[in-house]
Amino acid sequence: MSVALKIDNLSKTFPIKGGLFSKSHPGVRAVHPTTLEVQTGETLGIVGESGCGKSTFARMLVGLLEPSTGVIEIEGKPFDNANPAEFGKMIQYMFQDPVSSLNPRKTIRQIMEAPLKLLYKMPKAEREKRIAEIFDSVNLRHEFLDRYPHEFSGGQAQRIGVARALAASPRIIILDEPVSALDVSVQAQVLNLLADLKTEFKLTYLFISHDLAVVEAVSDRIAVLYFGSVVEVGKAESIFAAPKHPYTKLLADSAPVVGRPLTAPEQKDTELPDPLNPPQGCAFAKRCPRATEKCSAEIPTLTQMGEDQFAACFHPLEG
Amino acid sequence: MMKFIKLLFRNQLAAVGAVILSIIVFLALITPFLPLQDPGATDLPNKFLPPFTEGHFLGTDHLGRDMLSRLFWGTRMSLWVGFVAAMIAATVGSAIGITSGYFGGRVDNIFMRFVDMLMAFPYILLAMAIVAALGPGLNNALIAVAVVNIPFFARNIRGITVGLAQREFVDAAKLAGMGHTRIILFELLPNVLPVIVIAMSTTIGWMILETAGLSFLGLGSQPPQADLGSMLGDARDDLFTDPHPSVIVGIAIFLIVMSINLLGDGVRDALDPRLRSGALSRPLPSTMVDRGGDIPTPTEDLLAIQNLETQFHVGNRIYRAVNDVTLTVKPGECLGVIGESGSGKSVTALSVMGLVASPPGVITGGAVRYEGNDLIGAPYEKLRQMRGDKVSYIFQDPLSTLHPLYRIGDQLAEAIQSHHPVSNAEARKRAIKLLKDVRIPNAESRIRNYPHEMSGGMRQRVGIAMALANEPEVIIADEPTTALDVTVQAQILALLDDLRRDRGLAIIFITHDFGVVAQLCDRVAVMYAGRIVEQGLTDEVLAHPAHPYTKRLIACVPELGEGRRVLAAIPGLPPIVSDLPPGCAFAPRCDKARPECSQGDIALEGAGSQTVRCLYPEEDIK
Repeated sequence: MSVALKIDNLSKTFPIKGGLFSKSHPGVRAVHPTTLEVQTGETLGIVGESGCGKSTFARMLVGLLEPSTGVIEIEGKPFDNANPAEFGKMIQYMFQDPVSSLNPRKTIRQIMEAPLKLLYKMPKAEREKRIAEIFDSVNLRHEFLDRYPHEFSGGQAQRIGVARALAASPRIIILDEPVSALDVSVQAQVLNLLADLKTEFKLTYLFISHDLAVVEAVSDRIAVLYFGSVVEVGKAESIFAAPKHPYTKLLADSAPVVGRPLTAPEQKDTELPDPLNPPQGCAFAKRCPRATEKCSAEIPTLTQMGEDQFAACFHPLEG
Repeated sequence: MMKFIKLLFRNQLAAVGAVILSIIVFLALITPFLPLQDPGATDLPNKFLPPFTEGHFLGTDHLGRDMLSRLFWGTRMSLWVGFVAAMIAATVGSAIGITSGYFGGRVDNIFMRFVDMLMAFPYILLAMAIVAALGPGLNNALIAVAVVNIPFFARNIRGITVGLAQREFVDAAKLAGMGHTRIILFELLPNVLPVIVIAMSTTIGWMILETAGLSFLGLGSQPPQADLGSMLGDARDDLFTDPHPSVIVGIAIFLIVMSINLLGDGVRDALDPRLRSGALSRPLPSTMVDRGGDIPTPTEDLLAIQNLETQFHVGNRIYRAVNDVTLTVKPGECLGVIGESGSGKSVTALSVMGLVASPPGVITGGAVRYEGNDLIGAPYEKLRQMRGDKVSYIFQDPLSTLHPLYRIGDQLAEAIQSHHPVSNAEARKRAIKLLKDVRIPNAESRIRNYPHEMSGGMRQRVGIAMALANEPEVIIADEPTTALDVTVQAQILALLDDLRRDRGLAIIFITHDFGVVAQLCDRVAVMYAGRIVEQGLTDEVLAHPAHPYTKRLIACVPELGEGRRVLAAIPGLPPIVSDLPPGCAFAPRCDKARPECSQGDIALEGAGSQTVRCLYPEEDIK
């Protein structure tokens, strides 16, 4: 197996301007230095709660945001210029909101043609053929091409979003909450389509979501993000069943599951860490039942715990 | 386009404006071909001839020039100058606005400070300064008027662009290989064009007036060239002896500006999508009621929704959002209502207290009974007293339901004082207690917070505290945890569960999540296309769903702990409620459907606690 995506020490700090009379601030670190590898043909799930840095992370990977430090390598080729047009041929992004990601004043044909025309300079006849092929793959009728985005339901618009991402013939697609705006009965249609396309076009997926059950259902491996850092990575089958990091366990216990009695797995008065004033040690220490003095002094790093499972914790859970 | 014209002419004043303006523009266009006298030919002996004189229909001015001819040529000139000035101002202003809105940061800062500088001067002073620098003349007046109006366009368009530039389709365009220029021209411009047109139609009248103003002061058109402003300036000196030249020109200016403004307002109203949907028309304080058929008889339940029908009447279409829905709750009971978007679950909830926006909402049948009393059609004052006091709501997004400008303590106190005449100190004490009840730490200091100072989970707790403020008997919670993270959701659900057990609250919990229903609710009703398709005890329904829709919907939801798998899907889409198929609405998507499923109404039937609206249920529950 080859490596599709490799990121080394990637981080992002958003500067905060000091006012006229106040001290300048070191900035908000949205993503702490992160190192990850994704194999070709793999689906890596990324889960985390709001504000954990998942979207910042994803936007850096497609070149929409310039990283503060670190290198992105796609199929062995380094990308360091944050130029979305260059990234676009290798890696594409599928957006969360199917309606807001399609320009309301353009026909679907115009939207589909843009990447072919600009990234590949394809002549008209060839473009027509390619669009027809893609539309067949995502089960969309060809007459949709001359309609405008507002004429489609959420599920259809999300298929169009997939079709647009595919038009650039990328090797990797980042799926940013691709089904969270959809109803459950339609959600499964889109997820299954994504799975079929992955085999058909030999794609690699990064699947970002806050819905643990959906991520678990579609991913090979899962990375858990907390406060801008990966706190645990492991196989989808085992990470929620046998979590090592207490935060992963908290997530798994919080998800509502049929047949499990209702309990609040956490004390009520917990407050999340403040990004403007980050804690010294492990960001989860204040919420963690296993935290010791060491946890609030030192930041733990990802270490291997069991086969294929890595966690950043001084006091991992056993089992 | 036809729709736009139709909308425009529905506004009668705009139609009048359009007619007057088109006549004026038409006359201005054909002026060179009309058999008019030379507008510059002076004839001093015949000065100040009154209107209706032979050969001079509108008389002559102080140099004996024909007024009719001068009026036509002057109008032509004024319209032309106003139009060109508006075009220049719109082009330059929009270019500035769209560029600074798209790039933001330093570019934005520089452009906007320049615009601020322009705006710091009174406009007529600035225009005069520009003309003074460039020298008088119609072209220079035109430039001055255009420059003065640039800030208006720049600021308007920048505001719109800032919103658009953050939309995902701009990111998508970047990934499709588009450069900045292409994005501005082909992605953003088509979206701001309507706004530019609206801004132009409302300012062009102003620009004509401003140019006329400069000409009136002698800074615009120079003799013998005439526009309406300079004509008025010339006629001013003899206003008291021979008023007709001033009056005629004055009327012409009035007609032009008025017709443009009326039409401009009409264009704005017709193009603005918010105005088109009627969102700005004031909704009634409670939902309209137009009940046909029998009103169901009272029951013993605390809250009973009986055969409720709520519809939306939009134009000729009738959206049947809620059809024959019957639900009841007892004290201390939690009823889950589950369904996909558009299934009518929220409209059902809002109908209870008459909160469905009217127009277009109408309650067309059934009853909602609180302790046996019918609330549908109850006087507004009675509903107002019950809202929040007996029946209260928790909504999905606490950020949009809390007022952003008031401290949460004050909002809670207001909720209490609107139902109970208590002192401010007492209300404040109760507010603190409420915050403690929903387990907000440091309640004493937290009541001084504004909503934006709290996290999503804390805000939803305030939302719950607000709902509890007057110790209601029933809480209707509409997707209260959908916008929250899972760890916070678990805390909020546990809190709601404690509250109903401690206080005997009845809860109607609306959600799309089976996991949440399973953990919190005693009974559950499943809705599809405005109807309840299945109802029963939660354990019963989840373990043995009888309706094919329920069964397949449960199968669609992945559950944590089952590993990687192919998910079940339901092909097709839910029907649109303005065009419901006869019989079972799910039949077109159901693999068990037979011809009789699409004929006639199917009753909600069953024995014991579980009922189902299906001819061929999955489980035999009779």
